[in-house]
Amino acid sequence: MTATTQPAAPDTTNDREPLLVVDDWKTYFKTAGGLLRAVDGVSLRVDAGSTIGLVGESGSGKTILSRSILGLVRSRRKVEPGGTITYDGVVINKLSPKERRRYWGKDMAMVFQNPMTSLNPVLTIGRQLTEVLTLHLGMSKALARARAVELLESVGIPEPKKRADEFPHQLSGGMRQRVTIAIALSCNPRLLLADEPTTALDVTVQAQILDLLDEQQSARDMTMILVTHDLGVVAGRTDTVAVMYAGKIVEIAPTKTLFTETRHPYAEALMRSIPTMDAPNHTRLFTIPGRPAQLTGEPKGCRFAPRCSYAQEKCLTEQPPLVAPERPDHSFACWFPVGTKPGQEALERNLSAGQTAAGTSMSLMTVLGA
Amino acid sequence: MAQSRLAGEKPQGPASVADPSSAGAGPNGGAVPAKRKSRSKLKNLGVLFWLAAGWLAVVGLSAILAPFLPLVDPAAQNYDAVAVPPGTPGHLLGTDSLGRDLLSRAIFGARISMIVTLSAVAIGILVGGLLGMLAGYYRGWLEKVIMAATDALMAFPALVLLLALMATLGSSVRNLVIGLGILGIPAFVRLTRASTLVYAQREFVTAAKSIGALNRRVLVREIVPNLIPAVGAYAFIVIALLIVAEGSLSFLGVGVPPPASSWGLMISEGRDSLRTTPWITFIPGIFMFLTVLSFNLAGDRLREENDNKGGNA
Amino acid sequence: MKSTTKTVEGTRPAARPPHRARWIARVRAFALKLATALGTLFVVSLAVYSLQELLPGDPAVAILGEQATPETIAAVRADLRLDDSFLVRYGAWLGDALLLDLGTSYRSGAPVMETILDRLPVTFELMVLAQLMALAVAIPLGTLAAYRAKTVFDRFTTGSAFAMISVPEFVLGLVLIYYLTLGLGWFPTTGWVAFGESPLENLHHAFLPALTMAIPVAAVYQRLLRTDMLATLQEDFVTMAQSKGLSTGHILFRHALRPSSFSLITLAGVNTGRLLGGSVIVEVLFVVPGIGQLMIQSIFLRDFVMLQGTVIFVATAYIVVNALVDLSYGLIDPRVRHRSA
Repeated sequence: MTATTQPAAPDTTNDREPLLVVDDWKTYFKTAGGLLRAVDGVSLRVDAGSTIGLVGESGSGKTILSRSILGLVRSRRKVEPGGTITYDGVVINKLSPKERRRYWGKDMAMVFQNPMTSLNPVLTIGRQLTEVLTLHLGMSKALARARAVELLESVGIPEPKKRADEFPHQLSGGMRQRVTIAIALSCNPRLLLADEPTTALDVTVQAQILDLLDEQQSARDMTMILVTHDLGVVAGRTDTVAVMYAGKIVEIAPTKTLFTETRHPYAEALMRSIPTMDAPNHTRLFTIPGRPAQLTGEPKGCRFAPRCSYAQEKCLTEQPPLVAPERPDHSFACWFPVGTKPGQEALERNLSAGQTAAGTSMSLMTVLGA
Repeated sequence: MAQSRLAGEKPQGPASVADPSSAGAGPNGGAVPAKRKSRSKLKNLGVLFWLAAGWLAVVGLSAILAPFLPLVDPAAQNYDAVAVPPGTPGHLLGTDSLGRDLLSRAIFGARISMIVTLSAVAIGILVGGLLGMLAGYYRGWLEKVIMAATDALMAFPALVLLLALMATLGSSVRNLVIGLGILGIPAFVRLTRASTLVYAQREFVTAAKSIGALNRRVLVREIVPNLIPAVGAYAFIVIALLIVAEGSLSFLGVGVPPPASSWGLMISEGRDSLRTTPWITFIPGIFMFLTVLSFNLAGDRLREENDNKGGNA
Repeated sequence: MKSTTKTVEGTRPAARPPHRARWIARVRAFALKLATALGTLFVVSLAVYSLQELLPGDPAVAILGEQATPETIAAVRADLRLDDSFLVRYGAWLGDALLLDLGTSYRSGAPVMETILDRLPVTFELMVLAQLMALAVAIPLGTLAAYRAKTVFDRFTTGSAFAMISVPEFVLGLVLIYYLTLGLGWFPTTGWVAFGESPLENLHHAFLPALTMAIPVAAVYQRLLRTDMLATLQEDFVTMAQSKGLSTGHILFRHALRPSSFSLITLAGVNTGRLLGGSVIVEVLFVVPGIGQLMIQSIFLRDFVMLQGTVIFVATAYIVVNALVDLSYGLIDPRVRHRSA
């Protein structure tokens, strides 16, 4: 696998064709409090066969973005004011709902967050698998049934024949997620969107499910978008990581680069909130101060500024663009990036002032920069 | 047309982030919404509610004031105007096959329907409410007996129960009130028992008990006031039901005995000449439909309002 | 930071009781339901029998009328055991009723049970037709109203349903007769043709009475299904079904309908019992020789024994059907089926 996912900047040339190109995509919702900018101008380029992690806390827009890629966001209050989503050379966001549906389950499939609720409680596991097979692959009932059992076996479900006749409530959470993965994989999709596939599961099962996804992804040469709030999940499993905050990508880089050369203060904070094995017992986990950003209204300055220990005057008034000043595959949107001279100076200024330019007390952020 | 409902109305992610009510309310944001709420409360009930209430007020007032209104005697037979259609001068809504004025009969019919159903619903609320409250508050064998009796009453289709009672007791207005009252009891038993069960656990009741308040006092002072909104809203729906039940009985000829004019009886009287003079049936039919619809609409809306309040509490 | 992390409760399979224990629990629940139904039946029979006590004056006179001779009155008094105490009389009556003997009518001389069974097929047919019509209309309309929630279509259908709930059955029946029978001449005015005689004529006669019964019922069903369907369409598994590329019709009717229809099925079951006794108005209005008409006839003929018999029959049918609905609930929902009740 090659790590070649990067923002769809026009000047980047690459020999592998991108399977998915998201260009300046916006998904807004009309709410009583004004226009809610859930996804606010995101550009992504996902190469065939690669895995990209989409990371951010709840409300960062990562789930809406992944559903927008499929076209699953259907709300009377939704507005899509701009941007394009190109899949395999086709601008799919311009397709009619009916044309678009033809991709679902066949070319693009999705694994949902909560396996306890994403399987239909009154249909057997087998039915939920075979209906996709008969619909997209035109299989006969008997053939679909045999294939369904094979699929269940391939995702590690013991006694697949028996399980196929069972109902979801008869399976454990981990087993159910394996079933939803089997359903998603049933028609050999080229793009798999996994939306927090392990969040609702027991810790012990999480790793198994992630390994399963990994395994299936490489076996099928599938492209995968892994949406998660947990940087730890993407660490060893993705080629590229995009960190989202308030509907925008704030930093995107090859996974290794992101971890070693973190530039955006939000990405740095996320990384500090991963519990590590080598930290002493009872170490307090780092938490990001403040509430997640408010997404309504015209953004002014950097959305992260109120919670950022590096925040300066400039951050409050000017929105930082997503640029790649160091290496072409590492972009970030910050005026005072972590680990650079301006960043260090900004942090020191705030430390000596006792508060950031946004007025947040530095005592709330003591762990940072200490 | 508008978008479909699949995949949900609300955006799932950001909804939790940008909570418009919690942010940006401004310095004195706390007081303003509360004030606005009380002012717009009447408007909140919706246009339909007020239309329904308006119709009920018109019917109710004219029923009460019927003797003082400039109406023709509902029993007076005018042989010069037999079965004239609506719109005839002097007979705004026409007359029936005996030349009796339909408007006048409909209003006097409302009088009987209202007296009967309101008395019956009062019986239902008093008896049913009391039994339900006792069952929910004291529990034990008392509750078991009361609920068994309620279940038995509910084991009859409503009309069958009424027919059996009326056939045994004989048809008179008094017996009709008793029968309809009995019909309304089980619903109120269930409603008040369920609410009492909930309220009897609440802090203010345990507090009252702990300072030594008598059970009777707790019931009257603490529980009854809390039951009133739900019972009130439900009463509207039960009245609607009882109007139809009364109409059905009168239509079948075992309800209000003639010559009194009740809507059900009027509808039944026009049946034989439905082909030639349909208005004799449909005028009282429309009165009945609009009244039942209004009670249903008002009751439904009030219940919704109660539920919302209950949810916030 | 871990704000999105849902608690892991419920991801572990609940410890299942051993098979035997589950079976015992199910039998116990079944026995409890059966006992409740039997208890209710007992109270109901007592209540219906007590009605006789409410008859003004001598029941025998009330039953036979003022012109009866002392001999016939004495015969009826002996027949009804009016000289015995209430409990003895009730016991005897209940014993007979359990043997399906509800007495003999003093007007027609026919056994009550026989007369009822004679009329039952008519009422039963009306009930079945009305249910089928109501469900056939309510299921698509309720589903689509939920799918197109808050659109003009939804407001129109759901609003009309609300109005239809408020139309008294006899008014609705007369409106239908006026327009469809008298106006367009599509249906025979009144009367009944037995199914055995001519199935087509039978349906022709049954259509309008069944429709009159079906419309208000369909309105109730539509509203109920719409509410439940709205909730189901918010479920994750519906979004998942969408992401599988299934067509909207498939999702609505194959995926969302069944989980949305539990309350509807319960209500339809209860209505089966209710409509058996609730077709009085329609049977009188359309002159259909069913149980409802029998009841009204016995009221006007002062055939008290017959009235008592029909009332107890209808109430029993109602209770039995309700109990069956209650017991069969598990068959529709696999989650209930596999759990102990």
